[in-house]
Amino acid sequence: MDNKRNLWSRVWPPALVLGILLACWQAAVSFALVKDWMIPSPVNVVKAAFASNVWPRLMEHTGATLGLTAIGFAGGTAAGFVLAALLHLLPGVRRGIYPLLILSQNVPIIILGPIMTMLFGYGLLPKALLVMLVCFFPVCIAMLGGLTGTDESLRNYMRMIGSGKWTLFWRLELPSALQSLFSGLKIAASYSVLSATFAEMLSPKMGLGGYMVLSTRGYMPERAFASAILIIMISLTLFGLIALLERAVIRWRPGKGETGRHVGS
Amino acid sequence: MLEVKKVSKSFADARGVKEVLRELSLQVAEGEFVSIVGPSGSGKTTLFGVIGGLQQPTAGEVHIGGQDTTGETGHVAYMPQQASLLPWRTVAGNIELSLTIAGVEKRKARSEALVWLERVGLAEYAGAYPHVLSGGMQQRVSFLRALLSPQRLMLLDEPFGALDALTREHMQKWLLSIWEQNRRSVLLVTHSIEEALYLSDRIIVLSASPAVILDEMIVPFERPRKEELREDARFMELRNRIYRHLAEGAKEAGGDGN
Ligand SMILES: Nc1ncnc2c1ncn2[C@@H]1O[C@H](COP(=O)(O)OP(=O)(O)O)[C@@H](O)[C@H]1O
Ligand SMILES: [Mg+2]
Repeated sequence: MDNKRNLWSRVWPPALVLGILLACWQAAVSFALVKDWMIPSPVNVVKAAFASNVWPRLMEHTGATLGLTAIGFAGGTAAGFVLAALLHLLPGVRRGIYPLLILSQNVPIIILGPIMTMLFGYGLLPKALLVMLVCFFPVCIAMLGGLTGTDESLRNYMRMIGSGKWTLFWRLELPSALQSLFSGLKIAASYSVLSATFAEMLSPKMGLGGYMVLSTRGYMPERAFASAILIIMISLTLFGLIALLERAVIRWRPGKGETGRHVGS
Repeated sequence: MLEVKKVSKSFADARGVKEVLRELSLQVAEGEFVSIVGPSGSGKTTLFGVIGGLQQPTAGEVHIGGQDTTGETGHVAYMPQQASLLPWRTVAGNIELSLTIAGVEKRKARSEALVWLERVGLAEYAGAYPHVLSGGMQQRVSFLRALLSPQRLMLLDEPFGALDALTREHMQKWLLSIWEQNRRSVLLVTHSIEEALYLSDRIIVLSASPAVILDEMIVPFERPRKEELREDARFMELRNRIYRHLAEGAKEAGGDGN
């Protein structure tokens, strides 16, 4: 009850602002303040998207982008997770690799796109590899940080009563790293859509990125805008799914305003 | 039950070597409640770390149940200074996990936890996450977790140090009532003289670091103990005796500029 009202009161102000912005945009085009061959109006974008010769192709490209994003995200995050766990359990190796991982955060990995294409051609492989790489780093770093940041007094307690390395990992370190892991996953989620569409732009055959490039070359701004909107929607949806999963998994966290509430003595 | 034989412990860091424990020897008999009183920073937690096998002593040995367990973990039930409940496990789940790590069968651990939570009036919180519990309740759960663990020696590290005075006295009474029904070997660390006198069979007074044993005394009161004990003349006398040791130690520590 209370929560629902709360949610609603948080949703409507930004929704209203968004509505006003769209209305202004529409008005600007309708009253010819902006030429509609430069920037199409929202209504025209929607009309163009649902046109019978466009919609099926849009959906086909959306499917391709979704597939590439999913493969890259799943592969990259899985690799990040596994490597983080391995490095954590092998402190010697970790000392060598961790500084490099941190440095890699400053490398715009996306620039490897053309090199991947050069090495592996125009198929799915180079694109998927690029997305995987991009997703791998934030997950690996966040997860390692979480594993290392485990509360020292909890660790001491668990060791004292006889937990081995393995029990420590499953029962203590992994659960306490979940919060960080999800921060990493959220970053990876938005990076994955970004890098997938970028990869598609490099070899425009399939996917929304490719379709967007073709539309701009053919000077069809409505279609370019429609694909942009779909890309944004995919990105938001993936992010939302991760956030939902986080809420489902991390149920023990004190809710906002509940942190300090104690009962009894 | 427990024998600490000439244990020394030093830490080396950038500023040099710091000697925390010096040739410390002590015993705890089967079913005995022994307290260690010492000023903050005297090395009480460090001593527990050594007894519990978290840390290798620089010299000396630790024997538990007749076996040399120096540097081995898993031989003690432990109640740490902070409640240290896992925030992602329910109250019952926390107790259950500690028991299963110590080798109790899962189903038995579960039912033990529930029975005892009921017995100490925490049944309604069995399925709650620790963050909804007050500090005192968390400490109760933490004590229960140690009490139910199958290891025969319990180490309690300043279990009520973080609680307010009133809650603290309440908890001491509570702990005593449970322990007197269920005598386990206990080694308790505290900086509260009254707590030590009220609860234990024997008290060991520790100096500031490097920690050495200043005094050791039998607490003569019969069990079950009553609250009124705190006004007994012998209680006062023992209290003053311990107090003098600690005050002297503090003076010395002040003298050499700490
Ligand atoms: N891992 C460590 N490295 C260096 N010094 C330590 C370490 N653990 C404890 N000490 C030192 O040992 C002393 C005793 O600490 P502690 O055992 O926590 O005392 P107490 O529990 O009696 O308050 C302190 O001066 C502390 O700085
Ligand atoms: Mg301490």
